[in-house]
Amino acid sequence: MSNPTPNEIPHLLVHEEADNVGVVVVEGLTAGTDMLCCITHDNSTFRLTAGADVPIGHKIALKDLKDGDTATKYGEDIGKIIADIPKGGHVHTHNCKTKRW
Amino acid sequence: MSKYSNITFKGFRRENGRVGVRNHIIILPVDDISNAACEAVANNVKGTMAIPHAYGRLQFGEDLETHFRTIIGTGANPNVAAVVVIGIEPGWTKRIADGIRQTGKPVAEFSIEQKGDFETIRAASWAAKDFVHWATELEREECSVNELWVSTKCGESDTTTGLGSCPTVGNMYDKLLPEGITGFFGETSEITGAEHICQKRAINEEVGARWYKMWKAYQDEVIFAHQTDDLSDSQPTKGNIEGGLTTIEEKALGNLEKIGRTSQYIDILEPAEMPNSGAGLYFMDSSSAAAECVTLMAAGGAVIHTFPTGQGNVVGNPIVPVIKITANPRTVRTMAEHVDVDVSGILRREQTIDEAGDALIDMIRRTANGRNTAAEALGHREFSMTKLYRSA
Repeated sequence: MSNPTPNEIPHLLVHEEADNVGVVVVEGLTAGTDMLCCITHDNSTFRLTAGADVPIGHKIALKDLKDGDTATKYGEDIGKIIADIPKGGHVHTHNCKTKRW
Repeated sequence: MSKYSNITFKGFRRENGRVGVRNHIIILPVDDISNAACEAVANNVKGTMAIPHAYGRLQFGEDLETHFRTIIGTGANPNVAAVVVIGIEPGWTKRIADGIRQTGKPVAEFSIEQKGDFETIRAASWAAKDFVHWATELEREECSVNELWVSTKCGESDTTTGLGSCPTVGNMYDKLLPEGITGFFGETSEITGAEHICQKRAINEEVGARWYKMWKAYQDEVIFAHQTDDLSDSQPTKGNIEGGLTTIEEKALGNLEKIGRTSQYIDILEPAEMPNSGAGLYFMDSSSAAAECVTLMAAGGAVIHTFPTGQGNVVGNPIVPVIKITANPRTVRTMAEHVDVDVSGILRREQTIDEAGDALIDMIRRTANGRNTAAEALGHREFSMTKLYRSA
């Protein structure tokens, strides 16, 4: 863990350490990119390889997620995983769903 | 004393002591069929503005009360100097005019039956012209920050709103509520998934319990009573999904960032209800649709609205300046004409939430002083009545 250098802009932001998904914050992210990831809560960083082309604003799995798992963001439950997602994969409506209505 | 205590701005002090940041003369229809006369008066008399809307006939019960609160509250808002009220018949017209008159501001009322549009427009135009001469001589005077009533509601949210623009508004509230401003947030349906957190942000357990009861009633009486699907096509919206939001829970958690880290709400308001528990933050039971929600909060008395957006909601309001804040760099690039406060530096880790909050506070001060917002410059005057159920 280290703080990002002033010149390096993160590709992925994560709200809390407990989260298992992060948000792409750059346009045109392509599969295979060695992403700089930053946890906004404490500014700590790590690196992760993007497993897909993912648009800005969309989520990426920080670890392998299994059908039935809970997606965690803001340190809170944001829904259920409904298909296996590999670490670095795109997380969205095709593989994650609300537990409410 | 904090560095925010000494913020002042030049506003219009109204007859009841409230302070406005605009000086509108509005031509206000009681009902849908009076829109044409109001628009004709506003066309005759420059410097006035008609506020047409879709309802006001054969409503009853709580739906009718919401209608009256919204129309009276719009006229009563301190951003409005004077009001011409026009309705089809004199009864409800008088009720609305008298409601606005309680503020002490000048109100003239006209009804159309037994006169027709021509005669009504002629008489109302004379009143409107007198109001213009009077109001344009009013002068702004120095006012203190605690005289501001500031509302918030986000729209076309995406994941960047929860990371950047909503926490910016939250930081503003954390700084200005202790200075004595009055704040509004709401969007009842859109707290779903964060209701356990929202309930705990009440000033005490009694208020929190009342909040939860209100939120649960909406779930049971509206959503579960009327849903035909799982609502995933409406909440999150197609725009939200395009922007990366997947579930209502994720959207709600981002939404609630607008009340910051320390702010607590002191009471709960009916739609368009005016606060009467003193300065502080209020939750207004309200739709999550942008124009409906901003209209209700303006009727409750907010004079400035802060509006975080991700994908680029373009909403404005006829009487309240709507300040747009976005953290999404794509929206800054593609929709620059709609953005008042660019906080995309948060995503690049070049700007802290604290710095972004200060930038918003400065934009609030400038807007209060008279700077027109993007929505004002672009003529966005969306005014949408909240309809609770079918009319009789």
